[in-house]
Amino acid sequence: MKICCLVKEVPDAAVTKRMDPDSKRLDRSGEKNLNPFDTHAIEAAMQIKEGGTPVEEIVAVTMGPDSAVRALHKAVALGADRSVHLSDAALEGSDVCATGYALAKILETENPDLVLLGQQSDDGECYTIGAVVADHLKMPSLTQVIKMDAADGKLTCERQAEYGYDTVEIDMPAVISVGDAINEPRYPSLKAIMGAKKKPLDTKAVADAGIEADRIGEGGSRTTVLALAEPPQKEAGEVIEDEDTNETVEKIVAWLDERKLI
Amino acid sequence: MRQNGRMAITSVRKPKANPLDFLEIDSRLSDEERLIRDNVRAYAQEKILPRVPDWFEQGTFDSRGVAREMGQLEVLGMHLSGYGCAGASAVSYGLTCMELEAVDSGLRSLVSVQGSLAMFAIWQYGSDEQKERWLPGMASGELIGCFGLTEADAGSDPAAMRTRARRDGDDWVINGSKLWITNGSVADVAVIWAQTDDGIRGFLVEKETPGFSAIDIHGKLSLRASVTSELVLDDVRVPAASQLPEASSLGAPLSCLNEARFGIIFGAAGAARACFEEALSYSGEREVFDKPLSGFQLTQQKFVEMALEVNKASLLALHLGRMKDEGTLAPEHVSFGKLSNTVAAIGVARTARTILGANGVSLEYPVMRHANNLESVLTYEGTAEIHTLVVGAALTGQQAYR
Repeated sequence: MKICCLVKEVPDAAVTKRMDPDSKRLDRSGEKNLNPFDTHAIEAAMQIKEGGTPVEEIVAVTMGPDSAVRALHKAVALGADRSVHLSDAALEGSDVCATGYALAKILETENPDLVLLGQQSDDGECYTIGAVVADHLKMPSLTQVIKMDAADGKLTCERQAEYGYDTVEIDMPAVISVGDAINEPRYPSLKAIMGAKKKPLDTKAVADAGIEADRIGEGGSRTTVLALAEPPQKEAGEVIEDEDTNETVEKIVAWLDERKLI
Repeated sequence: MRQNGRMAITSVRKPKANPLDFLEIDSRLSDEERLIRDNVRAYAQEKILPRVPDWFEQGTFDSRGVAREMGQLEVLGMHLSGYGCAGASAVSYGLTCMELEAVDSGLRSLVSVQGSLAMFAIWQYGSDEQKERWLPGMASGELIGCFGLTEADAGSDPAAMRTRARRDGDDWVINGSKLWITNGSVADVAVIWAQTDDGIRGFLVEKETPGFSAIDIHGKLSLRASVTSELVLDDVRVPAASQLPEASSLGAPLSCLNEARFGIIFGAAGAARACFEEALSYSGEREVFDKPLSGFQLTQQKFVEMALEVNKASLLALHLGRMKDEGTLAPEHVSFGKLSNTVAAIGVARTARTILGANGVSLEYPVMRHANNLESVLTYEGTAEIHTLVVGAALTGQQAYR
């Protein structure tokens, strides 16, 4: 079995995010890190491997600028055996569909049995890349998976739903995006970090993967950002002082009832 | 599910200087150094820090458990090579000490004593058999070591030690006692330095050896989350093979101390940073006279003074780390760094305490815990006074203390 983990370099969680009104894009300058959700995908791959299912290889795959190599090094320190970096100026400005197409083309060259990724990126938070990639690869796909067991070429997954969760059996090859409740990623050992640079890293350009130039980048993207607006200000909350707990409970129940929330 | 913070739409770039890395010292670290640093920081902050206040209050420390955790991260003896050690650079080791001491000086002390004192002594002065016997287990954290040099009446002047080892056939018989020994009662092996007819020699004494005992020192107001013991050696008989063959003078234990001091240069900067950051975050939220405490001139002066010290301490540590990796670091450089950064750190901790007001003396906040710990750090591994005289001698060519 071969597992590919899609990973992304995102602005560090500590950085205040900013939309640039000129480019209408997220300002990605400043401190960066491996998308935290993707560390759960790598951990999920490691747990399949350590759980007894024979896994020949775990490959970390990213699309991004030169600096994304750092995210790949971290992915490899966390357990991936090697990494693939799709990096090309032509990709700049790609929207979700274009990005998903480009990643699918790279994944075709790898021919994995399972593609894992974090359900969302810490920056764009679109939640959709997994589905787009699966569509291009013609593979079944699940999103928001919080439990996964591999056996006999099938996966049994629990998928977080609006109320509770769904248990779904899915044939491989498949594309699975995972939530952060699926596991607790390990802390890499020092030797794993120091060995990361020695593991193979393939850098690929658009032409290397047969990616059609008119389907990527700003020109190949089918979405256009027309305008940006600040999210509405949150209303000030109502503070209930807890003097008499019975009374407080009544007040809270009345408040919820008024809004038909219970 | 995680929620992102609000995203602003603005052409205004953020101010150039980052309050938490004013001089952009991070940009002087390699990607690998940052990965190592960030990983230790995440582990120490998420897994160790929540347990520290209780340890400090109770005056206990889970040495075994923490040693194993540090072993899994592979930071024990990380700057040594072979025998299960990672062979990391001096800067990487220093950055690790910085992150550990940002949590608590007791945590960093465990790692310093294990890696820089006990393991380094065996690695540098031991026989192949001794290295194979002890180093892999110590690197993994399964075995703990301690380092017995200081005595009740021999601190800054270790040559005045009274502990003696005498030959008896093929064996050595050791008598004496050692005081203020970190990890003492939890150690599986003690590196004991003793006078012999031929000068000072080192011995590996196993925990269960008859006549060897360790008694914990209680009532400490500093390094409470750390085990400190007295070691008593009463006719302790060890075979010739337990002597460290390559250690032939007081220079040997002093070279070990030089290793540990190097870690303190970074560690003290880490403790100072933790206090500074705590005060900065506190003063932004705390309101006095209807405005944030951080808006007052007197508070800002304190912050600026703290920022100067924290940034200078970090720069100094990194500079000395690079010198160590290049092989140009002299003991007097280490004295300069240890003196400068421990004095700076204790000042920052005390200033931070004043910003937190009464909350500053509580264990709910780390500042007074750090300030108290730093009293020990100022004194152990060479007192501020001795390091002053070492630097003084290097500047003038005249040794004032011997």
